[in-house]
Amino acid sequence: MSAAATEPGPPSASHAGVIGLVADPVLGRPASRRWWIAFLLAGLVTLGFLGCITWVLVAGIGLYGNNTTVVWGFPIANYVWWIGIGNAGTLISALLLLTRQPWRAAINRFAEAMTLFAASIAGLFPILHLGRPYRAYWLAPYPNSMELWPQWRSALVWDFAAIASYLIFSFLFWYLGLIPDLATLRDRARSRGARLAYGVLAFGWRGSARHWQRHDAVYRAMAALAVPLVVSVHSVVGLDFAASLMPGWQESIFPPYFVVGALFSGFAMVVTLAVILRWGLGLQALITDRHFDAMGKVILAAAWVMSLSYLTEWFMAWYGGDPAERGVLRFQFTGPYAPLYAAMLACNLLAPQLLWWRRLRTNLPVLLGVAVLVNVGMWLERILIIWNTLSHGYLPSMRRLFQPTLWDWLTLATSFGLFALLFLCFVRLLPAVAMHDVNKQRHEQGGAA
Amino acid sequence: MHGDPDEARPPRDALQAQLFPPWATLVARLALLALVLLPLGLLGLLMALQYSPYVTGQGITPDQPVPFSHEHHVGGLGLECRYCHGGVEVSRFAGLPPTETCMTCHSQLWTNAAMLAPVRRSLAEDRPIRWRRVNNLPDYVYFDHSVHVRNGVGCTSCHGPVDSMPLMRQAAPLTMGWCLGCHRDPAPHLRPESEIYAGHWTPPADQAARGAALIGHYGIRTAHLTDCSVCHR
Repeated sequence: MSAAATEPGPPSASHAGVIGLVADPVLGRPASRRWWIAFLLAGLVTLGFLGCITWVLVAGIGLYGNNTTVVWGFPIANYVWWIGIGNAGTLISALLLLTRQPWRAAINRFAEAMTLFAASIAGLFPILHLGRPYRAYWLAPYPNSMELWPQWRSALVWDFAAIASYLIFSFLFWYLGLIPDLATLRDRARSRGARLAYGVLAFGWRGSARHWQRHDAVYRAMAALAVPLVVSVHSVVGLDFAASLMPGWQESIFPPYFVVGALFSGFAMVVTLAVILRWGLGLQALITDRHFDAMGKVILAAAWVMSLSYLTEWFMAWYGGDPAERGVLRFQFTGPYAPLYAAMLACNLLAPQLLWWRRLRTNLPVLLGVAVLVNVGMWLERILIIWNTLSHGYLPSMRRLFQPTLWDWLTLATSFGLFALLFLCFVRLLPAVAMHDVNKQRHEQGGAA
Repeated sequence: MHGDPDEARPPRDALQAQLFPPWATLVARLALLALVLLPLGLLGLLMALQYSPYVTGQGITPDQPVPFSHEHHVGGLGLECRYCHGGVEVSRFAGLPPTETCMTCHSQLWTNAAMLAPVRRSLAEDRPIRWRRVNNLPDYVYFDHSVHVRNGVGCTSCHGPVDSMPLMRQAAPLTMGWCLGCHRDPAPHLRPESEIYAGHWTPPADQAARGAALIGHYGIRTAHLTDCSVCHR
């Protein structure tokens, strides 16, 4: 256990206090005005997202800036970015559980919900980008009268399997953790409808010693399974690129580099959501400076691993001596995308350096600013991986730049609306903090009331 | 923990203890089961549907302008396939006979039969009879009759026992899997040249050896029979 773990759990929150703090916003109070405003706004933007999707399905991907040279564009970058966000939730929950980091309890629930929503949104983008989206099911191996199977050597098929298993697993893991809290809501709810709804969802949880013992065993076993899964899902995303022969993509560092990038952006998103949630639900007693301090450290460490990855990339391109690889490297620093590349390096490498100071890690505006910059930087990284390589391939006569269209931007921007809408529903209907886990931590640390 | 909390702790209030009736457990278990079985069953149904005649058209007999009977003309009278489908050896399309072919006999026989009125009208107006296609492949399939009949594939291997069909029906499912069945392993279906147009052909007992020899005889490059571009160009 780290030194920080010896601190008693959330201050100024008794056993019943924690439950009241978390459960009351769900059961007790009617939705606040600011929740409704946020809900309506998110709903409007989500309608816009649905409109964008519909229009792409009707008019085709000619709406996007993709051309015959830069065949991947915004949809693939958005997909990699969203799935990266979706990586941190399960990792926080599983890895921090296995390494016995007690501060996890206050943030793991909403981080896992973030994972589910982000990974679901991520899964939409490759389908939109297919050109024939109604053929998306061809990625699934199913018995068919053509006696054809998907191309197993294609990274896209691995991708489909990785995302599908990750989504199913993340949902089960999240739901398993929810069961005791759903039972708490069932027992606290005043209306019969709410009692029945939460009662059905709680699967008859009674909180007996046997229930707890089994729950803990299964939860820990699933956590042990989750860690390799988190690593595999983004490794496979990395292989989407690295399994090709394009200069700048064919590097063995890609899978781990993508995993770290995913955790980096995912943690930044958790910080962003934690700040908003703490303010929106009044969870100052549960999500404390200590959490922001710890997450700030993780972001700083991940920024250095990212720096190492970039350095390795540059060094290997030079050291490998392949003119095509060196050409892409030169294009990165001197080509028309160079200002964006510089912005990406500033966001991903320089901005997190502020987090060396504890005072800044616990200064929410600064931390939030860094987190947003990191997420902007990581999105730039994903789009630049695509643009730099595809715009500067082997055939000089075929080199083209990518010009994003209005639809590219609109689809990206409105996807946040769906994410916000799902998240707003989540905080309104389910306990946003793992109450039973927080209280268990308090009990184990002797802080129980 | 003090003792077994399951038994030691009474319910907080009576309402709570009666939230669900005893049969709710059964319903919950069934619902969980249905959650798995229903989607699987639905997927299974969708998968089974693609093999059904509703999708493949196998066994379906379309209405024709003239109820031409292959059973009578081929099985009864003994006309050979190529008498009417003359293009089969040289062309992608086996060919449908011009009205004049019908009239080689029917200018003399059954000249007043009501059934044949469309044939006479076709000749008089010099307009071909509009037969309805029975065996229809998708446009993205490049199928060539000549390459099949010149390399040991008999008519009835795909078209079925035509000489016993009063009205023409689609005998085979014509799915890609069905095509591949032969393209992956042609030997069991290959006939000697003399048997290509035979109305009935049953493989001899030593077909395995004969089939292998026929692959050599026709010079079939089996390694390339399942290349995409063989059928999709």
